[in-house]
Amino acid sequence: MTMLMEYAGGNGRWPDLFRNMRHSQEEMSRLLGGLRLVPQAEFPPVNVWTGADGAIITAEIPGVSPDQLDITVHGNTVTLRGKRDPESVANTANTIRQERAFGDFTRTVVLPFRVDPDNVAARFERGIVFVELPRPAADKPRHIKVARA
Amino acid sequence: MSDPQTTGARAAEAGRDVPTFVPPADIFDTDQAIIMLLDVPGADPAGVDVALERRILTVSARSTPYEPENYVLLHGEYQDGNYERAFTLSDEVDGERIDATIKDGVLRLTLPKTTPSPAKKIAVKPA
Repeated sequence: MTMLMEYAGGNGRWPDLFRNMRHSQEEMSRLLGGLRLVPQAEFPPVNVWTGADGAIITAEIPGVSPDQLDITVHGNTVTLRGKRDPESVANTANTIRQERAFGDFTRTVVLPFRVDPDNVAARFERGIVFVELPRPAADKPRHIKVARA
Repeated sequence: MSDPQTTGARAAEAGRDVPTFVPPADIFDTDQAIIMLLDVPGADPAGVDVALERRILTVSARSTPYEPENYVLLHGEYQDGNYERAFTLSDEVDGERIDATIKDGVLRLTLPKTTPSPAKKIAVKPA
């Protein structure tokens, strides 16, 4: 995800736009009877939050069970890898509509700083994964007192 | 089945500035029931509402926006919001026995079909 750095310091205006675009794209393909003229946006969509202590990455992965998700951290790179299985429905069922995608997915996020891989915590709640990535203590920004000469 | 109300517009009664999304859905048809799966990541199980009026099935779900303290959003690809979608059912469904479960952000609805009443025969009497 090389686009990350371009939006550093953004105030949320761009993401909003992209979300809307993605939704209108999906609406359009739905109107065309599921014919996907527009390629599906990357799955899963991620949000990246940063603070003095580190970063929090959240991703919308409804229908993915926690044991099907693999999170790896290397330096400043975080990779979410997983698989979304189709839900089990009776074999005799006829599919009337299929809008939810399934299969393997991978997303890589490059953070503007290194994180401490030993202290990464991930929590899975209501179809959203929250990954807390603290910065190593030695890497944290230090406040420098300025003294008058 | 059709869904005439998939505009993704803000819900009229949502007082707060929270967007409303149309959740993607899978719909399956079996002999006994219609099964629907809707992606509603972040939805609060207590805030899910399923209503059937005549043949219009309305599904709505609310979520609490996630805003960690002392953090700023650096890159965003999705927004927290509410979900709303309406479907017109072609089959007669027993509204009393609709079953809704939510797991890992997927709402699963089972709509049992009502047993069709046997066709009434109308005898035509010769005049």
